[in-house]
Amino acid sequence: MTKPKRTAPFWADGDDEDSELEGLRSMPEIQAITMPKWGLAMEEGMLARWAVEEGATIGLGDEIMDIETSKIANSFESPVAGTLRRKVVGEGDTVPVGALLGVVSTGDVSDADIEAFVADFLASFKPVEKAGDDGPRAEPITVGGKTIRHLRMGPEEGTPVLMIHGFGADLSTWMFNQQALAESRPVYALDLPGHGGSSKQVDDGSAAALADTVRAYMDAVGIDKAHLVGHSLGGAIAIEIATVAPERVTGVTLVAPAGLGDEIAETFIAGFLTETRSRKLRPVLEMLVANPGLISADMVEDVLKFKRLDGAPAALGAIAAANFSGGQQKVSLRDRLATISVPVHVVWGESDQILPAAHSEGLPPSVSVTRLPGVGHIAHMEKSSEINSVIKSVG
Amino acid sequence: MSKKSYRQAINEAIRQEMERDPRVIIMGEDISGGTGTQGDQDAWGGPLGVTKGLRPQFGPDRVLDTHLAEISFVGAAAGAAATGLRPIVELMFVDFMGVCFDQIFNQAAKFRYMFGGKAVTPLVVRTMYGAGFRAASQHSQCLYPMFTHIPGLKVVLPSNPYEAKGLLIQAIRDDDPVVFFEHKALYDMEGEVPDEPYAIPFGEASVTREGDDVTIVAFGRMVNFANEAADNLAKVGISCTVVDPRTTSPLDTETILETVAETGRLVVVDEAHPRCSMASDIAGLVAENAFDSLKAPIKLVTSPHAPVPFSSVLEDLYIPGVDKIEAAVRSVMDHGRREAAE
Repeated sequence: MTKPKRTAPFWADGDDEDSELEGLRSMPEIQAITMPKWGLAMEEGMLARWAVEEGATIGLGDEIMDIETSKIANSFESPVAGTLRRKVVGEGDTVPVGALLGVVSTGDVSDADIEAFVADFLASFKPVEKAGDDGPRAEPITVGGKTIRHLRMGPEEGTPVLMIHGFGADLSTWMFNQQALAESRPVYALDLPGHGGSSKQVDDGSAAALADTVRAYMDAVGIDKAHLVGHSLGGAIAIEIATVAPERVTGVTLVAPAGLGDEIAETFIAGFLTETRSRKLRPVLEMLVANPGLISADMVEDVLKFKRLDGAPAALGAIAAANFSGGQQKVSLRDRLATISVPVHVVWGESDQILPAAHSEGLPPSVSVTRLPGVGHIAHMEKSSEINSVIKSVG
Repeated sequence: MSKKSYRQAINEAIRQEMERDPRVIIMGEDISGGTGTQGDQDAWGGPLGVTKGLRPQFGPDRVLDTHLAEISFVGAAAGAAATGLRPIVELMFVDFMGVCFDQIFNQAAKFRYMFGGKAVTPLVVRTMYGAGFRAASQHSQCLYPMFTHIPGLKVVLPSNPYEAKGLLIQAIRDDDPVVFFEHKALYDMEGEVPDEPYAIPFGEASVTREGDDVTIVAFGRMVNFANEAADNLAKVGISCTVVDPRTTSPLDTETILETVAETGRLVVVDEAHPRCSMASDIAGLVAENAFDSLKAPIKLVTSPHAPVPFSSVLEDLYIPGVDKIEAAVRSVMDHGRREAAE
């Protein structure tokens, strides 16, 4: 019998590996499910609930458990497929990032082999001491007189992915995507001007002006061409870049992008700009998701902390005024989609309360569209493995 | 964003505001140290090193070591504020308020009212408070309730490094006199603090824990004990909301009343003596405005009505701690259960 092999680090949910392993499918294999690392600051997580029983067959991307950290609570989608053989960690237990949560096997694997695998893992596992010490960090660089904070992950080779967040967010919005995609290619994420750790000067605040800064950023870090992934306002920025500088773009993935229709939830924009107390801001942020339980107290607090930075309220106000005002989007890019010659894929949560999913209807035939039922505006967080698969399929 | 101590957060707030606004000056006893002696400039940087490095950067015109008479230099700072500067004056220990209180409550606090709203007094009085430092009865008191009593003063009690920086920047930018209380035992506490300047508005409480059973309102250092108690109690199925008002004047009564309406039970934690304290003030507020939501009597966790002891054993007993907070929460929970059983 072939010795079962240990594969799949926690972030690997890759289709690439799947196709390579197609021929090996029937070979017995033991795989670990480990505590994921959601965001740079995460050191440990609490397994709140198992959604599957021992002995169940689980598929790639199935929701197998709920995990909570001080920052975020989310369902964890399986990075592996097979039969769940062991729950190593019980509900309510808090363990470090990388710790063994469960064991999955494919093919004919004995209980003794499973026990040996668990014992082996536990004997060799050493938690990372401090968050951030082990991996890449977000860093500031200067782009055209502005400070831009960015985070690069992944190898040197491969077509880069550049991730562009939406209004009021920052690069941490990609915590469930960036590391997963960086297995096989370089993945960059930046804080737009006015956001996160970047300068609070936003020029006229328009999507076109922000796109100019993103292009200057690509020059500064030496990205010749990239697959652009944009969420919401970041989607509008990606369309701008793909049409103004098509030679810089190999593909475009748009998650609930701005610029494809008229309406936008004024209650969200106004509430985001004006609310200063966590108890008042929380219902505003809950509009972002289909399941309000995903918005943790720490997420609300992080938004408040950002809004208190000198210059942040003025920057957000300028961006909102330039792009969304009185419930109407001022940026209109629908006609430009047909002119993009590289692959374009639009993903939209059907329960989006900020930008209606109807904006994904009637797009040019060259554009692929995926609609996700039961998902809100931040589909890349709510259904990360689906979005990651789409990004990989675009190229 | 990086990890900074409460001490570093305060130093950074002063430094960034002095860089931003040339009208900001700082004065007090030994805030630099060594002035007028053969010793090194900046030998002290404040008795606990909080203002270290400011004099070398900003010079003697903006960083002033003063003599020992609080009555004169606190008065001078109030006057400087009235004539256009934005002074930060350090009253080394709040216990020394006795010799300069007139300058604060009869002068600085009254200028806006006495001059028909035409005078502003952008003065910050930074001061150390609190027990736990083996410094006995004249260097350990929690006198913020006395300042909270005076209309015209704003009173600030940061409970962690993030709050210390943001509230001090707000205090410096505020056009009214602000008394800024720094707990001695918190100077080495570390936390994530943004490198950029930011201001936390006054009168907006922070809700640090959210629960269904009991609201704990705590002040300054006590917020950290309340959080610890809430975390311990959560493990035995008692869920607490913890409210850190951040400022006692103005006071975020709305958040306090809303959370008590949700939980129906209140524990107030205040390191000050119980009579005329923030604890008794919050109890009065809730009894008057949220009586119908209460399922149990309000419980106060305070120090005793006694001077802070010099004996270390007695001082440790004197300070309200995590155990006392947990016991108070359990007692209000038990009250509800006794009633249900009857």
